[in-house]
Amino acid sequence: MKRTRDAKPPGRGVRQSMADLHTWAGLLAGWMLYAMFLTGTVSYFKDEISQWMRPELAYQRVSPDAATAAQRVSDTLGTIAADSSQWLITLPTARSNVASVFWRVPHPQPGKPAYGLAAFDPSTGRRLAVRDTLGGEFFLRFHYQFYYVPAMWGRWFAGVCAMFMLVAIISGVITHKKIFVDFFTFRWGKGQRSWLDAHNALSVFGLPFHLMITYTGLVTLMTMYMPWGAHVALTTPARQQAFDMQLSSFMAPGERAGVKAALAPVDAMVREGEARWGRDNVASVLVMNPGDANARVVVTRGAAARVSTSPQYLLFDGASGKLLDVEERVGAAAQTRGVLYALHMGRFGDLQLRWLYFLVSLGGTAMVGTGLVMWTVKRRQKLPDSERPHFGFRVVERLNIASIAGLSIAMTSFLWANRLLPAALAARASLEVDVFFAAWVTALLYALVRPARRAWVELLWLAAALLALLPVLNALTTTRPFWRSVADGDWVYAGFDLMMWALAALHAALAVRASRHRPRAKAVRGRGAVALPHQEDA
Amino acid sequence: MSAAFERVRRAGPVTARIVAAVFGGYALGALASVAALALPVSAPQAVVTGMLASFVVYAGAVIWVFLARSARRAWAGLLIVAVPLAWAAWSAGGTLR
Repeated sequence: MKRTRDAKPPGRGVRQSMADLHTWAGLLAGWMLYAMFLTGTVSYFKDEISQWMRPELAYQRVSPDAATAAQRVSDTLGTIAADSSQWLITLPTARSNVASVFWRVPHPQPGKPAYGLAAFDPSTGRRLAVRDTLGGEFFLRFHYQFYYVPAMWGRWFAGVCAMFMLVAIISGVITHKKIFVDFFTFRWGKGQRSWLDAHNALSVFGLPFHLMITYTGLVTLMTMYMPWGAHVALTTPARQQAFDMQLSSFMAPGERAGVKAALAPVDAMVREGEARWGRDNVASVLVMNPGDANARVVVTRGAAARVSTSPQYLLFDGASGKLLDVEERVGAAAQTRGVLYALHMGRFGDLQLRWLYFLVSLGGTAMVGTGLVMWTVKRRQKLPDSERPHFGFRVVERLNIASIAGLSIAMTSFLWANRLLPAALAARASLEVDVFFAAWVTALLYALVRPARRAWVELLWLAAALLALLPVLNALTTTRPFWRSVADGDWVYAGFDLMMWALAALHAALAVRASRHRPRAKAVRGRGAVALPHQEDA
Repeated sequence: MSAAFERVRRAGPVTARIVAAVFGGYALGALASVAALALPVSAPQAVVTGMLASFVVYAGAVIWVFLARSARRAWAGLLIVAVPLAWAAWSAGGTLR
């Protein structure tokens, strides 16, 4: 075989090509991955964030009775969405104090969506009359489908980024021969070596998690990313249905009988599920063709006490309330997928495990962040003139600032908007999100016009200030200041305030380090250039 | 002009590898997911197995493409793996109908 131009001499070797692959895969997807990682990380506390963003709803001392809540909400839906073909009620839990409802709108007005999506109050069964917000749901959705773009595009883009991540992880491991030794090596204040050591420690410590979370992330949307086997094999509606039942308890409504029949009590159906799976372990109620003689109700098992999201459900005749079917098993492959999915979501665990997920995932975020910064640190030393770096270097440098410091500002601004936007504002929920993006874009513009190191320091201080003052803002705008939350034993609110202060301290520490940092430049290597005091560095 | 041509010539093999990794890798993953239908399990389980495994194949293909000594070898490797997968996919598609 003819040696082509890029044929490598044998000495260049595996590690060098893997290092290149690691660098470029990591850099190209790094900014999006950082955002996906961080917003995904905070989503482990999605329900708590949602609670914080609806301060009108009192602290929930005991978890609401799911069966009663299901009955109340379906009573309301019977008046506001009686002719709908489908209601999906996600029930409140010990952590979530609302019932989230999805329902189909049979004849939508032009330009309006063909479904409704709203939070309901479990104690009244009515639609929440409090400030309209996406709550923690925004971060969760953003981390795999972004915003402003059609959800399908966003998901594809997230999938591409996840593949880059997977490749970056594998090539990073191959590059890194002395993985165990380097884990115990840390060289403080040594410029590039310190960044490398930090990146290695964060990566190696969380390696099983990072690999798991990336792969399982792809698995959550695999039917979209890899539909080809399904296209070939599931050629009939019956086969498609058999497949769908392996993955989800969500199903399409059947034919209507056209005969009116009142919906049987839903609370009794939920209680039957609770008798089977334990109290507080019914996740959702799906009602199909309510008010029709052919109504069906699906009661789905929750995530507790099993590490799997594989569908387990009871199917009831909605008119008579009779139990028609019990599905509690899926095939081996589908069960594997259910376990992988559950590992990604981390909903099976208790509070301690949730914190572990959060911290290791935060480590993953830092792994991506340190990797991005290292790209600039490493290349700065090789710049012909570090005062006037080339265009590509400047792009990476500025995007790093905007995607790391800027994202903290954007996410905190979202929370500020939640407290500051008037509660009665129209389209309030989407305005909160607009504030998130406006803050992010502003941070990017700021990073573009300021000297890089100044931009790092100033934006990190701004993030620290916004985080530190958020509990103050909360105290001023709600009846739930920190001291009252502590006195009331409301650890969702007290914990939220403490977390903001902890994150503020983290950002302040980073700002201090960035401002004290003096890059070691080429003078050390004796190539003639002198490290100037105002040289830029992260 | 010739300098520009030279640049393109230099970029060629790298571009070939990137195309092999991004699109070739996806195609191989997709082919593997269809080939999984040849497994002696029910259709839904085979489809899920194929989907689950496809990302390993994809990632493995990308790594291979950049490990191979040349762009040609990278493509050749992908094609060599594709042959048995295509055969399995073909035979599975035949039995399903």
